[in-house]
Amino acid sequence: MFDFFLLEAIMGGVLFGGVLALLSLGLNLVFGVIDVVWIAYAELVMVGMYTIYTFHSILGWPLYVAAPLGIAVVAVLGIAVHRLIIAPILDTPPINQLLATGGLLFFLQSFATLVFGSQFRNLGLTMPILEFYELYISFARLMAFCVAIVGIVGLYLFLRRTYVGTAIRAVAQDREVMSLMGVDTKRIYLITSAVGGGLAGLASVLLVLQQDVHPFIGLTFGPITFMICVLGGLGNLIGGFIAAFVISQVISIGSYYVSTELSYVIAFVLFIVAMFIRPEGLFQKRS
Amino acid sequence: MTRWLLLAGLAVLVVLPFAGLPLYFLHLAILILIWGMIGTAWSYMGRFGLVSLGHGGFMGVAAYATALLWNEFHLVPWLGIPIGLLMSLLLALAIGYPAFRFRVVGHYFALVTLALGEVVRLSIIAAREHTGGSLGMTPERVQPPTDVSWYAMQFTDKRYFYFFALACWLLALWVWSRIDRSMARSALEAISEDEVAAASVGIHVTKEKLRVTLISAAFTGLGGVLLGLYQQYLNPESLSGIGISLEIVFAAIVGGMYSAPGPTIGAVLTILFRESLRTYFGVQLIGMAETIYGLLLILFIIFMPRGIYGALEAWLARRAATPPAAPSPGAAPIA
Repeated sequence: MFDFFLLEAIMGGVLFGGVLALLSLGLNLVFGVIDVVWIAYAELVMVGMYTIYTFHSILGWPLYVAAPLGIAVVAVLGIAVHRLIIAPILDTPPINQLLATGGLLFFLQSFATLVFGSQFRNLGLTMPILEFYELYISFARLMAFCVAIVGIVGLYLFLRRTYVGTAIRAVAQDREVMSLMGVDTKRIYLITSAVGGGLAGLASVLLVLQQDVHPFIGLTFGPITFMICVLGGLGNLIGGFIAAFVISQVISIGSYYVSTELSYVIAFVLFIVAMFIRPEGLFQKRS
Repeated sequence: MTRWLLLAGLAVLVVLPFAGLPLYFLHLAILILIWGMIGTAWSYMGRFGLVSLGHGGFMGVAAYATALLWNEFHLVPWLGIPIGLLMSLLLALAIGYPAFRFRVVGHYFALVTLALGEVVRLSIIAAREHTGGSLGMTPERVQPPTDVSWYAMQFTDKRYFYFFALACWLLALWVWSRIDRSMARSALEAISEDEVAAASVGIHVTKEKLRVTLISAAFTGLGGVLLGLYQQYLNPESLSGIGISLEIVFAAIVGGMYSAPGPTIGAVLTILFRESLRTYFGVQLIGMAETIYGLLLILFIIFMPRGIYGALEAWLARRAATPPAAPSPGAAPIA
């Protein structure tokens, strides 16, 4: 028998995959190029959401001004993260960089609590729900899906077609040699961090349209974002994109058949097993 | 000399609860001992570069197993604890063996363990009919209620828990010194330097890593059980998941994970620091204490990656190594 609700779950999964793909894009770039895990990445997204909330709901600026401002703030924050936290310890064991951004995670969470309190806040917008032959589609998610596609194409073109993009890819392949070739790796890292932060900002714009923001929101989607990046293979944008949709389908269909928590459990277990089978990511060519 | 100092220290710790320590400080001492033990257990692995971000999972599994066995089957903690620890061990085995066998290292190991912590947290929430989900659960009071129940390990007097925690903490330190003096330590240090080279000289990489992981998981589980019994309240957020796992890591780093007293010093500092900031700021400026804490963590990892105790040790070693200034003429040359 045709299961209509299953179709709805799959459709929801596709759109959710767009959100996840967008979220993982910036992290993937930073992860792939600088070889650093920003554990506080989801908290950067949270900062973006609060920034937009502040400009739009508190100061009353229109959304088309607040949203770019949010992106800009997170991009600058990305530069600051690299300049102040990562750069001083770039030569120490990689795990130190991960832990330092873990400190940042605590800092941003508590700072948000300090400034905004722990209440849930939202822009007070109601996004329309599209109806398509009795199939209900969230407009915000559809938009996130489209923006994710535009984002990945834009990033792809930036990396392939521009001079800076080529330099970024080159540095990702071999940092030492590229600095010998006259590429200013420090500058490339800063640009990468800014773009990574900007993409986090972009994700925050789409999230704040469909979700309430609170200081601990990062913990709800942070872990799954890391899993997607690693599953897709670090720095492999296409792989990350596919992984986002695989994971989102697992979660969406799992939620339909069992429960939301258990579907996440399945997704995480899948990730762990995948790591054992292919530690370099599912879609990475073996070197 | 050192031996006497240690014994004196131990005597102080034993006498402490009878010296009219206010209840609040006794409470802090218990928390410090438990978290000190958990930090020490984490550092068994952490000092060899096995950075786990999922230790909360081991706490959660053992604590919830013990509490659920009591609530659902009236199995006393004396039997529940070994079963809970066994489950922690099984979890560690299930994650550790394949991870080490397939050489999941560095970032990847950290992320796999992070996922493990989430799996445990979400499973606890998903089983909300038994565990109470995000709202947490309380172990049932022993019937009829008494102040001292050895049977159910429920005591009104905090001093009982103080001595449980003290005993477990000492056991964890003893295990540390055993690891410190064993061949396994050299093997693990070699592995953390270069896994392939270590394997090539005949070190069984998977076995060595797995052994230390199992020991670490067991003690972490024990810490979780103790917290559950002491607080008589279990919550998935405070016993598993990323937040608590990161806090374990940070306390160990702040104190210094490369030497025996380091993680405990970390526990002392983080607990006292947070408590004093909390009492200082009170109900105003909620989040201020954690904001400062987060900022300090970043600074610590950048400027003092070996932690306070590690930095102190290095400083003492440097002082001892510098020769006395301007040796007097005619003095015998130092061989």
